Amino acid sequence: MSGTELRPATAPPVPARPKPVARKVRRTYWNEPEMGRWESVYLLEVIRGLFITGGVFLRNLGRYMIGRKGAVTTYYPEEMRPDYAAGNRGKHVLTQRPDGSPQCVACNMCATVCPARVIEIEAAYDPTDPAHPKSPARFEIDYSRCIFCGLCVEACPEDAIRMVKDVPDLPRADRHRMWLGKEELLAWQPARDVAKPYPPRGASPEDTR
Amino acid sequence: MMQDLLVHAVYIAYAFAVLLGMGTILTWVERKQGALMSDRIGANRAYVRLPFTDVRLVWIGLFHGIADGLKLMLKEDFRPASYDAFAYALAPWVVFTPVLLVFAVVPFGGALVPAELFAWWPALAAWFGERSYQLQIARLDAGLLIVFAFGGLTVIGAMLAGWSSSNKFSMLGALRAGSQMISYELVMGLTVLGLILIYGTVDLANIVREQSGLLLGWLPAWGVFLQPFAAVLFLTAAMAENRRTPFDLPEAESELIAGYFTEYSAMKMGLFMFAEFIEIAVIAAIFSTLFLGGYNLPYMHDGGFSLPGGTEIALAHGTVVVLQLLTFLAKVMFMSSFQILVRWSLPRFRYDQLLRFAWKFLFPIALANLVVTAIAVWALQGFQ
Repeated sequence: MSGTELRPATAPPVPARPKPVARKVRRTYWNEPEMGRWESVYLLEVIRGLFITGGVFLRNLGRYMIGRKGAVTTYYPEEMRPDYAAGNRGKHVLTQRPDGSPQCVACNMCATVCPARVIEIEAAYDPTDPAHPKSPARFEIDYSRCIFCGLCVEACPEDAIRMVKDVPDLPRADRHRMWLGKEELLAWQPARDVAKPYPPRGASPEDTR
Repeated sequence: MMQDLLVHAVYIAYAFAVLLGMGTILTWVERKQGALMSDRIGANRAYVRLPFTDVRLVWIGLFHGIADGLKLMLKEDFRPASYDAFAYALAPWVVFTPVLLVFAVVPFGGALVPAELFAWWPALAAWFGERSYQLQIARLDAGLLIVFAFGGLTVIGAMLAGWSSSNKFSMLGALRAGSQMISYELVMGLTVLGLILIYGTVDLANIVREQSGLLLGWLPAWGVFLQPFAAVLFLTAAMAENRRTPFDLPEAESELIAGYFTEYSAMKMGLFMFAEFIEIAVIAAIFSTLFLGGYNLPYMHDGGFSLPGGTEIALAHGTVVVLQLLTFLAKVMFMSSFQILVRWSLPRFRYDQLLRFAWKFLFPIALANLVVTAIAVWALQGFQ
């Protein structure tokens, strides 16, 4: 492109702009509200605004004085909101076999797929149990880095890790204490889960051995 | 002689305690009141742990001021490579000191007669003798003028800080501070002239004493009833002098980082902030003195109460002194709280709006107020 002329000489001339229609009020925004006579006296509206904000202040102060909370803030972590969204899955659980041992076979699929690399598994070998020779000796999740994406649940071939409608009670002053180990993760009892019972309906006892 | 020294040393200690205490407490009030006004909780995480126990005292966030102070003390005192290091070091003090000095002429109580106060200790009462003191550090005839003289000094500090920081933002902030403070000082002076016309004096103690009278037989003769427009204008101009929202153009953080104290860190920056908070209290003190009857409750004078029905309630001298001190403190706290209410309610002006507001709105009203007051005072004196 080496054209030096942006507009060739033969182009039609630019039509003259129509004269702007004279308006009474020059508006900056399309929906700018017009000020009334009294609103344009700045001080009166200021005083009205001060009454509003002062009223909110006194209302909240009064609530604190009679022992109620005068704020919409949730005072985390002292207060936890009960109204998490229905789809919230905030905590991992390790499902168990009926004898209480974890279903996990320490295959490291979840740790491999985890984008934040928060899962650490140390496998143990038990030669006396030919059906499940591998099991986790250590299964730890670093909640300070977990992004709750749920990929570990997707990756698990044994349905050993799930995410439940809960939040881990984890506020700590120290990020190194935000790890949950196998004991905490095994606290959930899958036999009581009505929606997804274990063993699954119609399964023979051999399947779940 | 020794008695005077002792009494005034006590006054100065009291003034320092009140001002520095108010400066510290107002940082807490600012946070908490702003939080309450916007349905929040406010700063409440700093705590003092009792030694050897696990008891953590939070006290609704009162310790945040101490935490701030400690942090500012311990921070690195970063200095820019300024060509004028002396002015740079001097500027915070030029801002901070006049704010404290203004309080010297503010009467924070009525007359104090030590002999009467220490009647239970005859030796001390005899040592004080017949002396009587106004509860005021410096009883100067030019009281109100001193307020304006020292109030005008802070602009020099702001200009020094902006100039010596060798930073464009500081310079712009200083220029804004200069033009803003000079504009609003004019309005402030004009509004007060009306009061001077009415009371016929600039001595603040006399102005307060005049306000313990009555209007129409029942209304306390406070300046706010005599000069309602002047009261509003004075408060507006004083808050603009203090450079706080909505008049915080010199330190508008979205435009100028921190304005003229951008290049200051640690306790030097803390001095600027502390001066601002103390000035809230000082403005509140001057406003209560000029317009809210100073240290007196309605219908109250140095001897006790005289209610509009003709009832007289005589009070002991000690009771009156304590009541006056507490009344003054309560008024100062109320007005400080009001200033913080304004600060959390109104958005910042644009710069042209700020100056137009001063010169085209406040200034003509102040002038008109002065003219009307002058004519009224002249008429009340029978057009002599």
